[in-house]
Amino acid sequence: MVYLVGLLSIIFLALAALVVSRMAAVVRNVNGPVEEGRIGMSNRINGALFMVFFVLAMIGFVLSFMSAKQYFLPEAGSIHGRRTDTLFWISMAIVTAAFVVTNALLFFFAYKYQYREGKRASYYPENHKLELIWTVIPAVVMAVMVFTGWRAWRDIMSEAPQDAQVIEIVGKQFNWITRYPGVDDNKLGAYNYKLTDSNNEVGVDFSDEASFDDFVNSQGELHIPVGKPVLLKIRARDVLHSVFIPHLRVKMDAVPGMPTRFWFVADKTTEEMRNVTGNPDFNYELACTEVCGRGHFSMRAKIVVEDEASWKKWCSEQKPLLTTYPEYASRIPANLKAKAAKYLPTETAAPSDSTTASTQEGGASSASVSLR
Amino acid sequence: MATVDTSLVHDAHTHEHDHHEPQSFWRTYVFSEDHKTIAKQYLITGILWAVIGIGMSIIFRLQLGFPKMSMAWLKPILGEWINESNQLDPNFYLALVTMHGTIMVFFVLTAGLSGTFSNFLIPLQVGARDMASGFLNMLSYWFFFVAGVIMFSSLLIETGPAGGGWVVYPPLSALPQANPGSGLGMTLWLVSMALFIVSQLLGGINYITTVINLRTRGMTFSKLPLTIWAFFLTAVLGLISFPVLLSAALLLIFDRSFGTSFYLSEIYINGEALPNVGGSPILFQHLFWFLGHPEVYIVMLPALGITSEIIATNSRKPIFGYRAMIASMLGIAFLAFIVWAHHMFVTGMNPFLGSIFMFLTLIIAVPSAVKAFNYITTLWRGNIRFTPAMLFSIGLVSFFISGGVTGLILGNSALDIQLHDTYFVVAHFHLVMGASSAFGLLAGVYHWFPKMFGRMMNEKLGYIHFWLSFAGIYCVFFPMHYTGIAGFPRRYYAFTSYEWTKTIFTDLNAFISIAAIVSFGAQFLFLFNFFYSLFRGRKATQNPWKSNTLEWTTPIEPGHGNWPGEIPAVYRWPYDYSKPGAADDFIPQTVPYSQTPESNLPHENELIAFEKEIEEAENLNDQFRQPH
Repeated sequence: MVYLVGLLSIIFLALAALVVSRMAAVVRNVNGPVEEGRIGMSNRINGALFMVFFVLAMIGFVLSFMSAKQYFLPEAGSIHGRRTDTLFWISMAIVTAAFVVTNALLFFFAYKYQYREGKRASYYPENHKLELIWTVIPAVVMAVMVFTGWRAWRDIMSEAPQDAQVIEIVGKQFNWITRYPGVDDNKLGAYNYKLTDSNNEVGVDFSDEASFDDFVNSQGELHIPVGKPVLLKIRARDVLHSVFIPHLRVKMDAVPGMPTRFWFVADKTTEEMRNVTGNPDFNYELACTEVCGRGHFSMRAKIVVEDEASWKKWCSEQKPLLTTYPEYASRIPANLKAKAAKYLPTETAAPSDSTTASTQEGGASSASVSLR
Repeated sequence: MATVDTSLVHDAHTHEHDHHEPQSFWRTYVFSEDHKTIAKQYLITGILWAVIGIGMSIIFRLQLGFPKMSMAWLKPILGEWINESNQLDPNFYLALVTMHGTIMVFFVLTAGLSGTFSNFLIPLQVGARDMASGFLNMLSYWFFFVAGVIMFSSLLIETGPAGGGWVVYPPLSALPQANPGSGLGMTLWLVSMALFIVSQLLGGINYITTVINLRTRGMTFSKLPLTIWAFFLTAVLGLISFPVLLSAALLLIFDRSFGTSFYLSEIYINGEALPNVGGSPILFQHLFWFLGHPEVYIVMLPALGITSEIIATNSRKPIFGYRAMIASMLGIAFLAFIVWAHHMFVTGMNPFLGSIFMFLTLIIAVPSAVKAFNYITTLWRGNIRFTPAMLFSIGLVSFFISGGVTGLILGNSALDIQLHDTYFVVAHFHLVMGASSAFGLLAGVYHWFPKMFGRMMNEKLGYIHFWLSFAGIYCVFFPMHYTGIAGFPRRYYAFTSYEWTKTIFTDLNAFISIAAIVSFGAQFLFLFNFFYSLFRGRKATQNPWKSNTLEWTTPIEPGHGNWPGEIPAVYRWPYDYSKPGAADDFIPQTVPYSQTPESNLPHENELIAFEKEIEEAENLNDQFRQPH
């Protein structure tokens, strides 16, 4: 790094010296002899510089590409991710070829056909055949690229399989909150944004019996079973956010008032990824990619991909929201109170003041564990 | 040849019009209705905004390249925005990113580019005395000026300028409690943009009317220089799409100030559930990108038009495929309206819509590719003179290709999933629309400086300016593809929060920042050259580039009405360069075929019969011939 900066500053200083001398010349010669229509040395230098630039740029391109390659498209941990990666590299090869060839022609022609005394340019205003060829060929190539891309897109965006594990993820300034459908009914309960408060962060509606066993992780930690379709139901609480899981090739905006979703199959556990990447500290991470304010750059959530058994075990260790905050029992309609009872501490006459609730936390959790 | 012929025409009519009284200083230089003065006003204002806009990017590049650097030296300018630990405030970082985008896209590359060259070149190249309405034209500039003053004032307020990205997506931009930049700064942004849109519409109506109604005798649409085609289509695009942005902005103003719910629904923020339900943030995105995508071409087409003219002139060759170029521009202009949602593949929009927009986006790539091929073929077997304008035009084509090819990847919705809102996008659009249209602007200034100010810019300084900028810009944006493919999201204040970004590419980011500083520094050469040549540059000659178009038949410093006598008639297309048989390697548009029997093509000999008709026709809309 230091050498790089040093090298650049030397180049810059040299250029600065050149510029200063040139400016001095400008100031001196400004009213000097007019070189009307004379095309001389500068033209040849500029022509040659196009070739020099092209060669240097290509060398720079190849070298920088080789050194940066190791970080490109970090190891994909999802099935659709590897498919889009392949498509990406095929498309990249095609466009890189087009990029190199057209730039090469541009620079080479600039060099080759620079001004020569007495030469005359050829009057060549059109050639319909040529124009037809280079309209049709790119059109066909692009059509193939887009068609393969479209098939991938259609599959990725298709309806999630029936057995997909549903997990809700909610973005807020500036962290993520996840909600799991619970181990008993595996169904996410209803929500209503007006029910949101500092404990019920995603506005779970306890008048829906499916919500009784839902548990919430307010750090947004996402636990995912490996090899099983996972359907993320994505919401935002305040402003736009965007779920981005780089290693799983997942991205979908979180929109207030309009739930979105994305389903995928993660087929490498965190453990396996640690082996594949050779990085013992590897973690899947979730980032925000829609600007959302001051903390946008640090909306990190950790993701754990694990085998189904340990995932189930982890789920069973989590406490339903209702158990953590039994005061919400007051929102449960009378006809469902009985069904909710097993998630609540024994004296269901839920005390609404929170100090009691927190002292009862320990007991409640052991109760719910023993119930399973 | 050209000068001889036109002066003959002039001589016959010099008796006209010396009755214009000199106008006051204010009416000549400030509230001027002369298109040339207005063009210069746009140019100077655009240059000032460019310095501010690029300067902002340097500040946030310092943050990204050298995150640990002490910014204490910026305290005298930025004050509180540099926090106690001498770091840039994250909110101010977002404000800088937002303002950089807004300023560069709207104030520099829309107003600075179209405003300057449409105003300057349309009357001169179609053969008109001035714009159709000088008064509207003046209003257009002053609306832009006021918009600029308001935008600038938002930099000075305590809560700072708008900070939600140049796309100002609600709800972030609608809720002052979400972001300090969404308070007064956002209000000023919206007011400024509303005035800016008014300015663009006034200008656009004028450009369109002038091109349609004020062409001189013989100047049919099939003889228009490609610059004029480009400006004309740009104005049409602006006229159709800017009102949609205005409506988006108005609805946002309603949401912010009058409690409506166009874009707001089910929001809980700062411990409070807002009453708004039923709105959709996606609606705003549709409205925004309905302008936003044509805006890309509003920025790009004038630059391509300017390039067509400069490349043909300096290759001494006709532009290859004149009709294909026009057809491509028409195609691009039409398709520009039906690809907007490719900015929205992962916003939760219906995936089926995504498929449709992916196919439409593919189609727009074809005319763009054709244009690139045509430029390259124009160079082929030319006799190229590397004026600074020519260098910048070739650079533009290179950027247009290099940035354009990645559009095929981003336009593919399946690949866009990973790359959306990463640095890959930043690299793509900065090359294809930012750098290339900036190069179009610079090429245009170098090329038409003699016509604007009657003096020449220094060529050698121009060369250095070009090579530093060209290499510098590639060094800035090419590596961004790498960080983008690695998944680095854009608009991030720092990359330290994630395990997968915090250890890699720190030196690459430093490299990008250094390259950005060098490229920015190079622009001061241009500024020096520009202002120095303005007063002390070598005097221009009548037709310094030996060009065919009409503007070089005016006096070296054209006065009010552009041509002292009759407006010249036009007999041929503007690209008769190096025609076999002709004595010179250029034949201006004003030379009739009857005078060039040695170089006429068979079908052109047939046109001689119609020349008398053109000669005798009258310019019905010549303002000098009407009582006023």
